Amino acid sequence: MNKFTVSGSPHIQGDDSTKKIMYGVVIAMIPTVLFSIYFFGVDAIRVFLLAIVASLFFEWAIQKFLIKGPSTINDGSALVTAILLALNLPSNLPGWMVIIGALVAIGMAKMSFGGLGKNVFNPALVARVFLLVSFPVQMTSWPKPAPITDGLADVITGATPLGILKEGLDAGKTVSELTPELPTYTQGLMGEMGGSMGEVSALALLLGGVYMLWRKIITWHIPVSMLLTVAIFSGIFWGIDPEHHADPLFHMLTGGMLLGAIFMATDMVTSPMTKSGQLVFGFGIGLLTILIRMWGAYPEGVSFAILLMNATVPLINKGFKPRRFGIN
Amino acid sequence: MGILRTFALGGIHPVENKLSANAPIETVPVPKQAIVPLGQNLGAPSKPIVAKGDMVKVGQLLAEAGGFISANIHSPVSGKVLKIDNAIDGTGYKRPAIFINVEGDEWDESIDTSADIVSEITLSSKEIIDKIKDAGIVGMGGATFPTHVKLMPPPGKTAEYLIINGVECEPYLTADHRLMLEKGQEIIIGTKLMMKALNVKKAFIGIENNKPDAINHIRELVKAHDDIEVQVLKVQYPQGGEKQLIKASVNREVPSGKLPIEVGCVVQNVGTAFAVYEAVQKNKPLIERVVTVTGKAVKRPSNLLARIGTPIAALIEMAEGLPENTGKIIGGGPMMGKAIISLEVTVVKGSSGILMMKKEESSRIVEGSCIRCSKCTYVCPMGLEPHLLSKAAKLGNYEMAEDEAIMDCMECGSCHYACPASIPLLDYLRLGKLKVGQIIRNRNNK
Amino acid sequence: MDNIIIIAISALGGLGLIAAIILYFIANKFKVFEDPKIDEVEEALPSANCGGCGFPGCRAYAEATVKAAKEKGSLEGLNCPVGGNDVAQELGIILGLEVEATEPMIAVIRCNGSHANSPEKVDYEGVTSCAFAHALYSGEGGCMYGCLGLGDCVDACDFDAIHMNPETGLPEVNLKCTACNACVVACPRDIIELRKRGPKDKRIFVSCINKEKGAPAKKNCVVACIGCGKCEQVCKFDAITIDSFLAYIDFSKCTLCRKCVEVCPTNSIHEINFKPRKPKPENQEVLPPSSEKAITEKPVHHNHNKE
Repeated sequence: MNKFTVSGSPHIQGDDSTKKIMYGVVIAMIPTVLFSIYFFGVDAIRVFLLAIVASLFFEWAIQKFLIKGPSTINDGSALVTAILLALNLPSNLPGWMVIIGALVAIGMAKMSFGGLGKNVFNPALVARVFLLVSFPVQMTSWPKPAPITDGLADVITGATPLGILKEGLDAGKTVSELTPELPTYTQGLMGEMGGSMGEVSALALLLGGVYMLWRKIITWHIPVSMLLTVAIFSGIFWGIDPEHHADPLFHMLTGGMLLGAIFMATDMVTSPMTKSGQLVFGFGIGLLTILIRMWGAYPEGVSFAILLMNATVPLINKGFKPRRFGIN
Repeated sequence: MGILRTFALGGIHPVENKLSANAPIETVPVPKQAIVPLGQNLGAPSKPIVAKGDMVKVGQLLAEAGGFISANIHSPVSGKVLKIDNAIDGTGYKRPAIFINVEGDEWDESIDTSADIVSEITLSSKEIIDKIKDAGIVGMGGATFPTHVKLMPPPGKTAEYLIINGVECEPYLTADHRLMLEKGQEIIIGTKLMMKALNVKKAFIGIENNKPDAINHIRELVKAHDDIEVQVLKVQYPQGGEKQLIKASVNREVPSGKLPIEVGCVVQNVGTAFAVYEAVQKNKPLIERVVTVTGKAVKRPSNLLARIGTPIAALIEMAEGLPENTGKIIGGGPMMGKAIISLEVTVVKGSSGILMMKKEESSRIVEGSCIRCSKCTYVCPMGLEPHLLSKAAKLGNYEMAEDEAIMDCMECGSCHYACPASIPLLDYLRLGKLKVGQIIRNRNNK
Repeated sequence: MDNIIIIAISALGGLGLIAAIILYFIANKFKVFEDPKIDEVEEALPSANCGGCGFPGCRAYAEATVKAAKEKGSLEGLNCPVGGNDVAQELGIILGLEVEATEPMIAVIRCNGSHANSPEKVDYEGVTSCAFAHALYSGEGGCMYGCLGLGDCVDACDFDAIHMNPETGLPEVNLKCTACNACVVACPRDIIELRKRGPKDKRIFVSCINKEKGAPAKKNCVVACIGCGKCEQVCKFDAITIDSFLAYIDFSKCTLCRKCVEVCPTNSIHEINFKPRKPKPENQEVLPPSSEKAITEKPVHHNHNKE
């Protein structure tokens, strides 16, 4: 006789899966990856490959020898972390630093919390900040983007637009004096400016964001509230004194703002569960970023802002509940 | 057509798979033996009034209501009562049932078996309710709540709208759809009868826009009645839930833990409307119902009119047999239906469908770890956080589960459906509801 | 340099001294009198905090016993199942009361519907929870009274005393059992019962709670009790009663004579920790009782521990 299965309802399931979500994020990152390879050449490929191989290895090794659970390298989460980590690094970073970054991301930020879904902080960002405070020189000398099509010229290193601005303003210069040194908006959009591999091209990042919105991997709440907060606050200061503050669009296009808003802050594991909570989360990141950019010691603050807000997620989850049916 | 109405919170779009939508309703032959369970409705089981050896006719009372929330049961066949004994039900538990050996097909004289449609309403509100009560009608959508109880609002509450549920949001099921197409006129009269019973001035018939033929047909029929309106609703599961349907059609929210009458609404299924018509106008108690027999591997997905007490094996035979590789049989739809353990089970008042799933469809995907994507929260039609509730239930933190309103859960299964990690969220939620329900009962008894 | 050290030491030492004096006076002022016996009793308890006594933890139980000893002069109804007789006697000494001896108990699994005895008819998929499965369906073997095998009892046990046997799919109780009642409460089907542990851990019980008639019960499980009544007839001590096709052995009356075990046609009566029977079919009526009785009669006197 046929043996039937008994289980509770529902008896059908949607075709969504963790794997699909993770590979969806990978697909969304492809334009950014291509742009960075275009601008930084072979070095970029080297960093990507190192980050991916090292992350997958650490994920496999820790799962096998320490946690002793089933292998999880196929679910794509380690791949996402690896690519995000690479996008957060300058392309000329020594290889062993990339490997240390991968170890910190997978081992310290993810697996020590219990693996996928249990980490409090975004693994790639933890690794970036770890590297930034450990190797400040290597992490802040960015090569100037030189499109592959220009041939393999000597790599010139330089500061990021935000760095130029911060140093300039601290030295008493005004924004209009600094403008010739800063990239134009078109350059910012296309990515012709100094920075980490994934921070350069706003266009590619936006493309990935639109793809993820369409696939319903992310919702609009976090990026929009974060960018809006940044625009409003930087707009206020710019309106008061345009000679000492950069305009909102400059803030949007430079540094890790878009990378953070689209790929890092929207990480499901480390962001709030409800839409209202996500709005608050985005607002907090935006505010902290502007505070760090304007008054902090670092020229860039997106990663710190996201990590700080990651820590508040359990609290936000407690405070911002979904609207219940039948409760007004 | 503009923006279609639907409910506001959550919801999913499972693949519809309405395989039997074009299969006209066929009648299943009377079985050789009918097994009529005594507990066919929500609430108290019915009390048998026949004894072993009694001869019964079709439509004769077999068991009477065992309490206020209970319903009469009538004989679906004519013949001799073999015994009153335990019979296996869909879940494998054995519960009392009346076994009748069928002899001929002799109907009770009072039943009007002609095919004429009686549209004139002559009875008063109270008489209509009494007839519905006598006929043992329960909610035909699957919840099997006795209909006459719903038609008598508690003192101090009055109904404003009657909402007829023609949504049929469960995938695969088409029984209501076919009923609307084939028995539209009767459904309208049934609606009129219930409007009179409730003394309401307005009724809505809610139909999802994946059934354009039914919408057009019913629209045509209600042209003569300006107090009945067909409402086209955007396809979304679980729109057939009472609270969701009320929200979609009259934009009112039933408060948490309250009944629809709180916002002046009464919801009845189209199948119930048809049964009400038959009971009041034709004097025919609830002895048969339309059951969808379907599945991807089923040779002839069909809609079958079967007597209560017919073994489901006979229905599956009508659909040209149980497919070779059947791995799971479900009584009802795939979202809220129950897995059936054996083929000895018979059709009851609440059977809306029999769904046969292939082996490969029937097993669950292995549970992964929660990635906190909050999709369960987004799709929950009650605005709950299933990920949180399931964890609370898993860890035995029932106080937290209660605080987070686990009892509001209507078990629609949207959370489990949407979960990318395939966590059986609803299993955990049901477990939590069981335990929290016990705790609440103990507290109230003290 | 020396100066700094001296200043630091004297400053910190002074601060500590002042704080200590303040603390001393405050502690004296807000001192709550507690019967020192409560501490003594708590010391004597097993400190498992299992809740088997009905109180939230051993401290609460200790308070309750001291109070009862003072007010009522007896410890009636206050029973620490984990500590058993020894602890009860010790408490009696501490509180200066005469404490009646109690009989040690153990949890007993009254179902033998293993994979072999009750072959699976359906596959279950879902959470590992008996409570959930109980609400969902009758069970893989088809018996609506039988063990679901998902281990709610194992989860409930604080003493590592109950484990699932993967071969049979049934839980097994080991000697660590303290009869705290947690598994009895956890089982949604009331399969587990606390029974007298018996002399040298010998006990006899009906390992089935199926209330169906013989034929349908046998259909699902070959070792189901069919309520034939043979055991009831053979029992000389009125220890066995049959109710809705199910035999039950009252352990307060049972003398462990093993006669019922022999007559049971479905092997649903279990004897535990007995020596293997000698194959002497003719003499069996005479021999076992006389040799058994000497050991078994002791516990029959005191059995006020039914609930």
